[in-house]
Amino acid sequence: MGGGGGRDPTAEGRFIRAVPRDAERVRFTIDGRPAEAWSGDSLLAAILVTQPSLRQHEFDGGARAGFCLMGACQDCWVWSEKGERLRACTTPVAPGMAILTAPPMERFPHG
Amino acid sequence: MTKRQADVVVVGGGLIGAWTAFFLARRGRKVVLIEKGVVGAQSSGTNFGNLRLQGRFPGQYPLSLRSQALWEDIENLIGDRCEFHQSGHLYIAFNAAEREKLEAYAAVSESYGLTIEHLGPADLTRRYPWLSTRAVAATFSPRDATANPRLVTPAVARAAKALGVEILEHCTVTHARRDGAGFIVETADGRSFGSDHLVNSAGAWAGEIAEMFGESAPLFPAGPPQFVTEPFPYFLFPSVQAVDGTVIFRQIPRGNIILAGYPRTAADPIRNRAPVPPSKTLAAMRHLAAVVPALRHCHVIRVWSGIEGYLPDMIPVIGPSATTEGLFHAFGFCGHGFQIGPGVGLCLSEMICDGRTETPLEPFSIARFRGTVAEDEKFRREFDRPAAAEKGGPWARRASPSPAAARSIPCAAAPRWPRCPTR
Amino acid sequence: MAEVVIVGAGPAGIRAAGVLAAQGLRPILVDEGRQAGGQGYRHPSPGLALDMDALMGTEAGKYRALHADFAELLPLIDYRPRTLVWGIEERRLHCMRDGRQMTIPFDVLVIATGAMDRVAPLPGWTLPGVFTLGGAQAVLKDQGCLIGRRVAFLGASPLLSLAALQYRKLSAQVVAVCDTSPFRDKIAALPRLAAVPRTLARGIAYLAALKSARVPLFHGVTPLAIEGDREVTALRFLDGRGRERRITCDAVALGYGLKPETQLAELAGARFAFDAHFRLWLPVTDEDGRAGEGLYLAGDGATIGGADAAEASGTLAALAVLHDLGLRPSVDERPALRRRLARLRRFQHGLARAFRWPGPALSRVPDEVTVCRCEHVTAGDIRRAMDADLGPVDVNRVKAITRCGMGRCQGRVCGPALQEIAAAHAGLEAEAVGRLRGQAPVKPIPIGLLAEEHA
Repeated sequence: MGGGGGRDPTAEGRFIRAVPRDAERVRFTIDGRPAEAWSGDSLLAAILVTQPSLRQHEFDGGARAGFCLMGACQDCWVWSEKGERLRACTTPVAPGMAILTAPPMERFPHG
Repeated sequence: MTKRQADVVVVGGGLIGAWTAFFLARRGRKVVLIEKGVVGAQSSGTNFGNLRLQGRFPGQYPLSLRSQALWEDIENLIGDRCEFHQSGHLYIAFNAAEREKLEAYAAVSESYGLTIEHLGPADLTRRYPWLSTRAVAATFSPRDATANPRLVTPAVARAAKALGVEILEHCTVTHARRDGAGFIVETADGRSFGSDHLVNSAGAWAGEIAEMFGESAPLFPAGPPQFVTEPFPYFLFPSVQAVDGTVIFRQIPRGNIILAGYPRTAADPIRNRAPVPPSKTLAAMRHLAAVVPALRHCHVIRVWSGIEGYLPDMIPVIGPSATTEGLFHAFGFCGHGFQIGPGVGLCLSEMICDGRTETPLEPFSIARFRGTVAEDEKFRREFDRPAAAEKGGPWARRASPSPAAARSIPCAAAPRWPRCPTR
Repeated sequence: MAEVVIVGAGPAGIRAAGVLAAQGLRPILVDEGRQAGGQGYRHPSPGLALDMDALMGTEAGKYRALHADFAELLPLIDYRPRTLVWGIEERRLHCMRDGRQMTIPFDVLVIATGAMDRVAPLPGWTLPGVFTLGGAQAVLKDQGCLIGRRVAFLGASPLLSLAALQYRKLSAQVVAVCDTSPFRDKIAALPRLAAVPRTLARGIAYLAALKSARVPLFHGVTPLAIEGDREVTALRFLDGRGRERRITCDAVALGYGLKPETQLAELAGARFAFDAHFRLWLPVTDEDGRAGEGLYLAGDGATIGGADAAEASGTLAALAVLHDLGLRPSVDERPALRRRLARLRRFQHGLARAFRWPGPALSRVPDEVTVCRCEHVTAGDIRRAMDADLGPVDVNRVKAITRCGMGRCQGRVCGPALQEIAAAHAGLEAEAVGRLRGQAPVKPIPIGLLAEEHA
């Protein structure tokens, strides 16, 4: 994994970090692209400081970036490459996480 | 008190009552449909939505096939597809004994002209790569289908209404009696309806109506628990059922997986509640994860149930009353009324309009409860035993494991069952 | 000894635990959060250099006291963070912690599950960049993040101005604070708001601070739309004089006061009644929080009262537990607490009057607007279903036909709007269309939930 991935958070992110954090760097990937965050970041914050949304909605096709930010509205679920479902606002980012904003279709072969 | 005249009064606005009213109205009959709540609210609206043909009670095939033809034509009949989807039905076996059972089911299905595909392990891996290898054999019936129960009964009732059926919701029948050549039906709001014929399709509450005419059936209420997941990539195409009854599931094209499993749970028809205990949810989840491991990360988001009437031989009462001319019963569908609903409605309309129907309905006569009735083996397997069982109550003896496939119970035992409400 | 379990470690749950621990009981405190504090008194996540004193302002003292007391309490209780209670079966809680199932038996249950934002739908509210008002504050306290660069605050809540000031403190550009309730409602509510003069003064100070910072502040607005294609670009509304305004922004915080998280209370058997002040279905309790045999409710999860009321009602509910168990403390603090709680709740009724939920005005939500975010059900879908022959009136039937409220959140977000839209469309009072029923699981649980681990 490369460091930082070359994405300029202030240029593309939805969230703005307003407060510094004294913590370990955490490397993870979003849709295969390397990303960095701080230990203690929620997955939601870690993703939204680098990009404008989290996922595409199943039914209206629109982009979503979560809504309640406190584990109630269930609008921020993302996927891992292993097919896990993660509620981004209540899941801490962890080193090596491989996050997908769309389902890993190859994990669901229908024959 | 106003006396209203109708050809037929139908008591109970579930799937059966709505279809019966619909077909009667198509034959030009004036029908009043009386429903204590709203149409399609109990098991008609809360069942699993399977239109399964394979594995049915053998005597039911003529009715079942006739009904499927109606389902296949539902859009023409009522102007609404109600998410009807010819998904096919996959019956799976986990061992050799279950495989034999499937083969026996298939032989019956095939004898009625159904196409059944017999699948071994290699076929299963190729066709259903998501299926656990615990499944050693399966039969697939491509004509089987599914529909959305929440939508069907209101849509049928709307179509019936458009044909002139008078539908009364939130209206409870308090008395019904024979009056000269016809019937008088009285409701809690003080109205009274006169009719030539009376149809008792009151579901788990039908025993109460039958007893107004001096007959009874050992009907008891239960709630089939249902579970649904969040939307997931659509990859499970057929409706799937383990022959041991532990897991029944289907995925709708929208992505949600609907899940059911036995044993059924107790229901309270007086307070109108059929809660789903969390331990049932856990059991159903565990069984599904074992059958489709790729679903282990998928989340269950909602559960529900509805009150349904069951009979100890696990087949419904359909047909004329044994005590009262002009009265017809259709209740106690024991968890498989959804598929035969339109067929039952059509047959009842024929019996009322023509005096006969081409479909054999003898096995479903209410008169069978005058003698002794064989308790179906499913009956012991598919229900929770109330706490009374451990205390040696009437359930205890029935719960005892018996190698016999069926035992006889005298109908005199009926009052000791957990009963549907009677006055 | 009776097993007492408290669900929720916000101010109500912590205070309840404190009272019980002081009597030598060792309550189990189950918390879905990673750290105690709940939503309002949320603790920053590890390593965050956030000046909570500055952020909490006049409430910093209470915030510090609650967390300090909790730290002292910790050895005396059985605290279970990261634990979701998803169901109740007889006298057992079904829980999930770190993907593992467990059950916790109880004799006495105190539910203090707090609240979430109540929101009214408008065109564009599902766009990335629109968050709840409480969420905008939570992500600031927990993550030190702002929801955008140019942020508009929209709704009817005293927290609009508080959150706007907090955002300004951390260098966000607050482009507008748009309050849908007219200023005259605040005047009309003054008699009730005077019940707690200190908090009233604080609210006035917030408004003054916004004014002096030249933050555009609008009262009596009618929201028209949140604009944007893939994300928020502007907020459009009619101001109090009916002039259309369009304000460029990249985020909107949306909130119309709070709604209690009552799902577990319902599963535990609480009865519900429609509350005319809040226009919400609330669990029925006596003045000490009793809601049934061995069942006690406290904090905003019972009725909206704010943090001070949460502390008082948590204390009171725990005292009720002690009395009902026959453990009577020497000094009976209950009468004083009841009086205090009554005053705080009167104040909240004043707030509900001053910052009024639009309620019946939701009849004007355009047909094309999404009401149910989970299942993508529009206001038009609801109205068309109700208009059909034999169409539903009761909200549970509307849900059955349209799927509104059937999704992952189980109607938490859309419930109040569905209630109003359905009632208005039927021409009925809000309570006449029934109450969306809840069931377990109260939040999604994975099919592969790992096997039971006993508590």
